Amino acid sequence: MVGKTLFDKIWDAHVVHTTPNGSQVLYIDRHFVHEVTSPQAFAEIGAKGLVIRQPGKQTVTADHNVPTIHQDRPITEAMSRQQVATLGENCAIHGLTYYGLGHENQGIVHVIGPELGLTKPGMTIVCGDSHTSTHGAFGCIAFGIGTSQVAQVFASQCLIQRKPKTMRITVDGELQEGVLAKDIILYLINKLGTGGATGYFVEYAGSAIRGLSMEGRMTVCNMSIEMGARGGLIAPDQTTFDYLYGRDNAPVGTDWDDAVAFWRSLPTEDDATFDLELAFQAEDIEPMVTYGTNPGMSVKINEPIPELGDTPNPGLQKSLDYMGLEPGQMMKGKEIDYVFIGSCTNARIEDLRIVASYVEGKTKDPNTIVWVIPGSKHVEKQAISEGLDVIFRNAGFEFRQPGCSACLGMNEDKIPAGAYCVSTSNRNFEGRQGQGARTILVSPLTAAAAAIAGKIVDFRTANMDTYAAV
Amino acid sequence: MQPFDQLTSTAVPLPIENVDTDQIIPARFLKAIDKAGFGENLFRDWRFDRDGSENMQFVLNNPSYSGEILVAGTNFGCGSSREHAAWALYQYGFRVVVSSFFADIFKNNALNNGILTVEVDPEFLDNIFREIENDPDAMFKVDLEGQYCKILSTGEETTFDIDPYKKQCLLEGKDDIDYLLSLDTKISTFEANQKIY
Ligand code: SF4
Repeated sequence: MVGKTLFDKIWDAHVVHTTPNGSQVLYIDRHFVHEVTSPQAFAEIGAKGLVIRQPGKQTVTADHNVPTIHQDRPITEAMSRQQVATLGENCAIHGLTYYGLGHENQGIVHVIGPELGLTKPGMTIVCGDSHTSTHGAFGCIAFGIGTSQVAQVFASQCLIQRKPKTMRITVDGELQEGVLAKDIILYLINKLGTGGATGYFVEYAGSAIRGLSMEGRMTVCNMSIEMGARGGLIAPDQTTFDYLYGRDNAPVGTDWDDAVAFWRSLPTEDDATFDLELAFQAEDIEPMVTYGTNPGMSVKINEPIPELGDTPNPGLQKSLDYMGLEPGQMMKGKEIDYVFIGSCTNARIEDLRIVASYVEGKTKDPNTIVWVIPGSKHVEKQAISEGLDVIFRNAGFEFRQPGCSACLGMNEDKIPAGAYCVSTSNRNFEGRQGQGARTILVSPLTAAAAAIAGKIVDFRTANMDTYAAV
Repeated sequence: MQPFDQLTSTAVPLPIENVDTDQIIPARFLKAIDKAGFGENLFRDWRFDRDGSENMQFVLNNPSYSGEILVAGTNFGCGSSREHAAWALYQYGFRVVVSSFFADIFKNNALNNGILTVEVDPEFLDNIFREIENDPDAMFKVDLEGQYCKILSTGEETTFDIDPYKKQCLLEGKDDIDYLLSLDTKISTFEANQKIY
């Protein structure tokens, strides 16, 4: 018998029932909930007179609608205020713990789960949010669901699923200096395309992946959905265990030892097979920068935007029109208006440390507005305790309070129409950061360098002193 | 959920690839706490200019095209998991979306809301686009029971796949939650035996 993959092991251990036509009922170990995709699900539960089956397996926070300044004051915008208030009320009605605004555990849902030790290897995790794939970094099956399914998990702690296909993406070799996890995933999405992994669950493997910190692994898994994958996951190892040890919801004492023994049994076996295997070389990856309106439309920092070619390419032309860019143009040197450092992709403490280490002693470009938004209250607190907030303020950056912020145009942090925003988030769709806003996705290091220079630069070759303290 | 068995209708062409759910319904319209009012904001930023005037270039504002079938380019519904995208399409009046490829979460959300996603091969999709271009009043038939999609004017026909469980749900207008609740005992047994760390 052939060996099992990490994915198969977790999946098979969570099948409650297989229907005659092959669909499976999958048990869900942890359900993360936020204010945008839950109100109609709570309403459905209420209307049907149902109860939440496992209140202790729901983790609830407010992140999408929240302002990132003056969080102690009422939310100004009425509908956002109502949506966040509704979440609090629903939690009270159903007896759920709520990490609302002001709570020490509040933050972007995909940042708080791991940092609270709620995300652990071998689990099944869902959330009404496509970036739930983030949690796969710990060796979990984690995927986004719709609001109907949110109600199903509330009522039954289960979902009806068909087992997806599996793909393994191996990235071997050594990353070049300054090439970050974000560059790896932007590179992979570029290679596969935005639908290249649709229908698959992706396991990331290889020495370049193994060498990443947990934060880096989360960045990679986070953007799995941008190539269409249901989720991405990475085998748990010592890096995973070290991250989890001592966290709030991590096991303790002999339970910890038992847990680690179990977690060590999870990785894909040598003779296991995947429906598709792809391999890439870490040395080929460079700092990446997007030019278009989906995350697959990226180039290496020293490459030009593709030419239109001989065959008509209405998609590319439409994107470039929206972005105000030309075929063949270099992204490097492009002047920008905003820099957004935040989101569930890159707002963890390691991301802020990377940015701070680059900008320390430098000053931002005077015409560029720079927002740094920590991913959670804990990240905010940690950054302050390390003095990162001072470094940011001295550089002229705004260091704000936790939330999704300018990742999506739902709260007050919007990018104006026509403005260019260099962003560490995950989506550059039309209007994503505000109507007419033009998003350029990059790594935290490339974002930091852009903030100082006021334009897109290759931080490896830019003589930063020329730009600093203008 | 409204049951779905078959539909004969004209179709609205949207030959754009990778239509993401942020375009179907922009984030600023996701603040509602109920399911009402999304239809009017379907494709909001493509339908209306920033000053609120109708963008007459956009197909939904073109009086030549109407119908309960939306025909879209490949990888329709990628991006955010927002079910609001399915609600918006349904409320606007679409019961079927035809494309050569759908993003997973969108497909699920659509089927859970009585919208049939019909995945056809790229050539057939081109044929549909061509037919609508020739005649905006061309009629199409989509049959769930028989799992086929037909261009009535030419007789061209193709079959499509659908998960048998989802097909049954759609034909009967049932959703997953009732089935899951019926498994209560099995779920309890699973919970009692599960080792959790
Ligand atoms: S930070 Fe952005 S991508 Fe992440 S959960 Fe919030 S809105 Fe979604």
